[in-house]
Amino acid sequence: MTSMQTRATILVGASILGGESRDLAIDGGLLVDPATVDRDRADVLDASGLIALPGLVDLHTHLRQPGGEQAETVATGVRAAAAGGYTCVFAMANTSPVADTPAVVEQVHRLGLDAGLATVRPIGAVTVGLAGERLADLGMLAGSAARVRVFSDDGHCVADAELMRRALEHAASLDAVIAQHAQDPALTRGAVMHESPLAAELGLTGWPSVAEASIVARDAMLAEATGARLHVCHVSTVETVEVVRAAKARGIRITAEVTPHHLLLTEELVRSYDGRFKVNPPLRAERDVRALREALADGTIDIVATDHAPHAPEAKQTAFADAAFGMVGLETALGAVQQSMVETGLLDWAGVARVMSTAPAAIGREPGYDAPLEIGSPAHVVLVDAAARTTIDASHLKGRSANSPFLGVELPGSVRHVWHAGRRTVVDGEVQA
Amino acid sequence: MKHLLTAAMPREEAVALLDLAEDMHQIQEREVKKLPALRGRTVVNLFFEDSTRTRSSFEIAGKWLSADVINVSGKGSSASKGESLRDTGLTIAAMGVDGVVVRSGASGAPALLADWIGRPVVNAGDGTHEHPTQALLDAFALRRRIHGEASRGKALDGVRVAIVGDIAHSRVARSNALLLPALGAEVTLVGPPSLLPPAASDGTRLGVRAETSLDAVIAEQPDALMLLRVQLERQAGKVTPSPAEYITGWSLTDERLARLPGTRIMHPGPMNRGLELSSRAADSDASTVLEQVTAGVSVRMAVLYALLASDQGGSR
Repeated sequence: MTSMQTRATILVGASILGGESRDLAIDGGLLVDPATVDRDRADVLDASGLIALPGLVDLHTHLRQPGGEQAETVATGVRAAAAGGYTCVFAMANTSPVADTPAVVEQVHRLGLDAGLATVRPIGAVTVGLAGERLADLGMLAGSAARVRVFSDDGHCVADAELMRRALEHAASLDAVIAQHAQDPALTRGAVMHESPLAAELGLTGWPSVAEASIVARDAMLAEATGARLHVCHVSTVETVEVVRAAKARGIRITAEVTPHHLLLTEELVRSYDGRFKVNPPLRAERDVRALREALADGTIDIVATDHAPHAPEAKQTAFADAAFGMVGLETALGAVQQSMVETGLLDWAGVARVMSTAPAAIGREPGYDAPLEIGSPAHVVLVDAAARTTIDASHLKGRSANSPFLGVELPGSVRHVWHAGRRTVVDGEVQA
Repeated sequence: MKHLLTAAMPREEAVALLDLAEDMHQIQEREVKKLPALRGRTVVNLFFEDSTRTRSSFEIAGKWLSADVINVSGKGSSASKGESLRDTGLTIAAMGVDGVVVRSGASGAPALLADWIGRPVVNAGDGTHEHPTQALLDAFALRRRIHGEASRGKALDGVRVAIVGDIAHSRVARSNALLLPALGAEVTLVGPPSLLPPAASDGTRLGVRAETSLDAVIAEQPDALMLLRVQLERQAGKVTPSPAEYITGWSLTDERLARLPGTRIMHPGPMNRGLELSSRAADSDASTVLEQVTAGVSVRMAVLYALLASDQGGSR
């Protein structure tokens, strides 16, 4: 037995959710009342000047295993997660083989348990092979050891309205959610960047905003008709924000996510033709970025999810049209949110905890995150130095791939310490083995 | 000038390049068409896409400047065996070449190669992005038509040019929409609505005015009408008009030709006679089609000279 498992830890003087400073105590994997801990027998950490947040939860992570191990594995992906302050990640289903059988989701679940640095919750495919032709066995995935509660064909849209309707009906009976990658395939053939005057100038095929908003509008009506829960992945346009807002006003059970890169970056970066800036949905215009920030602040968009999408260098160092879609994001998400939402005054740290921990855990039905930093909760804790500023380079990326849009960019904030269920996963900024 | 990746350039630079092309043009009238300017230099024509016309034009331009010109076709080379664009570029650069002329089906490929290989790169057409030497030769041929032997030092101030066709997918239209206005010309893009690129908030497309009615533009009596090659088979029947509808709305027919007494007729080639323009239009005295081809060699000599001649040395 290591001392870590037997000794309590007291975090002295952290600013709780960016508010008042008080002590936190961790013992036996739980947060406990500091007054009940014998300080002579506890490890004491000076947390003054640091902000305490609950462990972050990412509802949208690509861990690539099985099948894409040259870009990421569960073990390397959770290192990236821990480095970014995450204690739970939901692993997308677009692996090879696809996560459409209990065998695959249980494998990913087990690899997560082995890696240990964060909880890995597999997402199940909506359709067999993500082919959009027939429903996967959602009930068997939900009933597996991996307890799947989120289903998504992410990377592909469930474009067939009949399939989407049946998927929603089935998910409702399982208390599960369908997370839709909203992209009308007919409107986006060959599309590689935002459809705009800039796309015309660059000679790149455009991805029109309406291809996202129109699917979300349809799905919202299907969710209303079925009473099911719908989650919209990576909202990227002002038009989609307006559709989600109207759907919520109607009482439809709809939630939505935005990525850190869509909160901070615009299509202007594509001018370089650098494949690092190719992502799906694409980086949009300034007006979209503004609308996404406001929507996250006012609750129209519920959560931030990274869409962490690792790719090997050869998939990116090619012509823009040929490059793979996706960006890594776990390590830089909190900094990007601090810059776009906190430093702009749109969100306080309690709000950050809501959109990056409490709310995504609730959508994914991951227990233990509903009472952040409160006594009795599992000890998922992050200590952040919000005053730090870091110019991101490859050494800050702890996963296997370095396809970050933030290389060379200065971001605020630094994750100093992380506890996952009481286990230290990051110490002084270093991910533990 | 370190590379020629785009036709977007300051007026002075464009005029200087056209004037340099005038110098090159003179040798076309000589019996021995050879200058020693690039002796000992090696230029690779790296063509990932077939283009006999453009490749031949660059090859002749390089040879008349005494460069060693090597043609590498993307098809049948390592590139078609899965080698990445980057590796192909690095491999060719490692052979000690002095400059690379790139034609690619991928927009932005020449710009990426320029970053990766550290040698002068000429964009010989990239995807639906740009074709800067085509715009330069169009400007050159038009300037000569207007100013003749007195072209040197002149621009295209006040010259009204209409470009007609599949604007959305045309690299020729893009480069001309950048270069001709820089030279003072007024450019209007004309095409079916489904073949025009997205409009900016001020209504311009590619930074210039766009119209859907060719007849309305003809009524304005432009100084030049440039017909683009149309590939209606690209997305047959879905978003492109049928040939019959295209001819009705956007072809330079004999009837339309008759309404354009003073307008120069331009085409980058290869022409689809009967589709973009009638044979009578193509062969009329107003047609600059063959002058454009001749101008292509002069302009490409000027570009290669500007990029590779030792006394230029990439210092600009």
